[in-house]
Amino acid sequence: MSILSGTVELPSRLRFSIPAVWILALAVAGAACIPLVYLIVRAATADADDWSRVLSGSTLRLLTNTASLTAAVTVTCAAIALPIAFLTERTNLPLAGFWRSITIVPLAIPSYVGAFAFIIALGPNGSLQDLLEPLGVQQIPEIYGFFGSWLTITLFTFPYLLIVVRAGLRDIDPSIEEAARSLGQSAWGAFWRVTVPQLRVPIATGSLLVALYTISEFGAVSFMQYETFTWAVYLRLTSAFDLSGAAVLSLVLVGLVAFVLLIDWSQRRRARYHRLGSGAARRPRLVRLGRWRWPALAALSLLVIIALAVPIAVLFHWLSVGLGYGETFPGLWSAALKSVYVSALAGGVTVAVAMPIAIVVIRRPGFLSRLIDRVSYVGYALPGVVVAFALVFFALRTMPVIYQTLITLIFAYTVLFLPQAIAGLRTSLVRIQPGLEEASRSLSRGPWQTFCHVTLPLITPGVLAGFALVFLTTMKELPATVILAPIEFDTLATTLWGHTEEAFFARAAAAALLLLACAALPMFLLFGSDRELRT
Amino acid sequence: MPDVRAGLALRLSLALLALLSIAAAACASEESGQPSASQSGSDELTIYSGRGESLVGPLIERFEEISGINVRIRYAGTAELASAILEEGDRSRADVFYSQDAGALAALAEGEVLRRLPDDVVASVAPELADASGRWVATSGRARVLIVSTERVPNPPDSVFDLVNEEWRGRVGWAPTNASFQAFVTAMRQIHGEDTTEQWLRSMLANDVVEFPRNSPIVQAVGDGEIDVGLVNHYYLFRFLADDPEFPAANHFTDPGAAGGLVNVAGVAVLKSSRNSENALKFVRFLLSQEGQSYFREQTSEYPVISEIDARPALVPLAELNPPSLALTSLSDLEGTIELLRDAGVLP
Repeated sequence: MSILSGTVELPSRLRFSIPAVWILALAVAGAACIPLVYLIVRAATADADDWSRVLSGSTLRLLTNTASLTAAVTVTCAAIALPIAFLTERTNLPLAGFWRSITIVPLAIPSYVGAFAFIIALGPNGSLQDLLEPLGVQQIPEIYGFFGSWLTITLFTFPYLLIVVRAGLRDIDPSIEEAARSLGQSAWGAFWRVTVPQLRVPIATGSLLVALYTISEFGAVSFMQYETFTWAVYLRLTSAFDLSGAAVLSLVLVGLVAFVLLIDWSQRRRARYHRLGSGAARRPRLVRLGRWRWPALAALSLLVIIALAVPIAVLFHWLSVGLGYGETFPGLWSAALKSVYVSALAGGVTVAVAMPIAIVVIRRPGFLSRLIDRVSYVGYALPGVVVAFALVFFALRTMPVIYQTLITLIFAYTVLFLPQAIAGLRTSLVRIQPGLEEASRSLSRGPWQTFCHVTLPLITPGVLAGFALVFLTTMKELPATVILAPIEFDTLATTLWGHTEEAFFARAAAAALLLLACAALPMFLLFGSDRELRT
Repeated sequence: MPDVRAGLALRLSLALLALLSIAAAACASEESGQPSASQSGSDELTIYSGRGESLVGPLIERFEEISGINVRIRYAGTAELASAILEEGDRSRADVFYSQDAGALAALAEGEVLRRLPDDVVASVAPELADASGRWVATSGRARVLIVSTERVPNPPDSVFDLVNEEWRGRVGWAPTNASFQAFVTAMRQIHGEDTTEQWLRSMLANDVVEFPRNSPIVQAVGDGEIDVGLVNHYYLFRFLADDPEFPAANHFTDPGAAGGLVNVAGVAVLKSSRNSENALKFVRFLLSQEGQSYFREQTSEYPVISEIDARPALVPLAELNPPSLALTSLSDLEGTIELLRDAGVLP
């Protein structure tokens, strides 16, 4: 038997067999439903005006705007992430370790910082226009609206897809490709016909992460003044302080999310992706790039310049201006420590609680496990402020003593970012032959021992990917942090936001650069020299 | 198959996880002990501040120093905090709400979570700078002005409505995504009506108004000679003058009594649920004291709101600016303003 049939230890009279993993998975899924329950309770107090506003024409515009942005961002992210994953994993690209790490770092740039930098650089009267004016270019494309939102969100979220696809690519048994080659396929043919289809789960999972993140994104769309659902929810709160109205709008958003999840559900077919036969998994043979290495390097450099160098240059500019005025930077180190501390905590806890869900989804496919899986996405797809208020509501009514402590905060991060951890885990878990776990159980190892000694070592890349995703996203999280953190618990993200809001740009830039450094360092450790991390 | 390294990585990550969980539990129990202690103590005060630390941090420190009260403060966006207080209801952890604008205070007053302030506190400011029922009071003000070049604009326009004239084609800058600009448009809608406002916005676009992402680049652009006039808040100029006393620009007040001279305020309120209302009131009184008001005048270059302290020289006195018909609390109708800005083609 597999690890799933461990029984709950109860007095023998009461003993019945509910697999522990199901109980855990259901408990986590229940917690993930808290925002949804909150929205329903809040929406119940909405008045007729709130509902009639939803039925008005503006909702249609919000739907079109949100849907078109989400679709455009997702497709572009896939177009960026797939080639990078292939180049850095399967070719003899020079400095592959460096590229592997650096292409993940854009994830650490909060979208509001990125948007701000792009507006400075590309916006009206921006640096680019100053550069082009002598050449006779008077007007560059409007950055505000769809274009700027699309550009910003794409550049700072494609690593979600990249991390997941790369973990998947690493786990593929190269012997299948070799079999295709031996049957007469070219290298490209084998890649497109054998490898890419095997990547269906990671691609679908990563795309879903990007799509739902885009739906819940607030920083970039508010700077770019592009009217999406999330922005409308914020406006309802900040313009009318209307909690019920915001809840009604959020429920419409949940409808949109459910639609996206349904598309994804229908796309996933029942299929096995693990090997059945014996034989050791080996490293794949690297594709020789030859002269193609130059365009590859140029494309990667261009991406890194736009997504990293432009924002960093803007930040350094502000920092140097501030240093010129003798600006001081109080409290930055302590904020950095707190940021790294809560983010690592959130990463660890979220991966741990995501494990039961990932296990039932992969090992017990069926209606209930799929439902659990889908439900876990709700918090992730909702505006952060809504999730924060849901936890204000629940914590104060059930356990006021944990309100505005680290417990509520980490809980919020878990509800918000659970799908990222699950995504990391499932791409690895899907490749593991259940037979291995079954063999362990047949050798009288318990379910927990089997999990620790067989499953976990095999899914280390997935664990690391899940941890990295949650860690990076938590580093830049803002709305839940400002409301739910213990009082005076200033992180880099809150410090950065505070200084930006008051136009103390040198201080904001220092916080942003430190945030980037704190986020980038673990990425280099995890992914930089990572040939060793393979199992 | 797992090799030795993977086993090691696993053990390391498990150890790390265990360590983190212990740290979390320890930290959480330490944290959770604090709120109950703070609520019973008489030398504590919890403030939710929509005004940022860079602006008011030193003032809070000074208050702690002279009152001996230990202030715990949560800085975040004014609107987020106001909504959070509404969601917390009578279980709120805040004693005081310190707001960047009057709209959020009005929302809390309407949500019936605010305590009435003593009459003498309310009476220390002009009637239009406090809630009619005494539930909140303004603490400082900021005015919309035209920033004009002292070198190229000898005769600044008397009204923002003059900026649509041919004379000003391509010479004016604005920041339509900025919150202060949007509050100004909200005021214009209220005072002059939707149609007039939309017409003005369209005419400004037709007159080649120059778009900026924020306020300070507008002031910079006037100084650099890129444009001659800009729509901004009054205090930006003082930041530039602090760095360069010769900075070639000046604040110009247009049409007092119309939207062009809008004054918005920051303000403060005490929550009904506060268990430290004595301390909360001490804080409110401190903000309205001579020392607090001088801080706003000198450090944040804002308008003081008590009559004992004058505005900075070269500023039109507060009392002459806002038209009596304008309700500061309704300036938060951002949704309507954004829709209008969209319809007029100012926003995408």
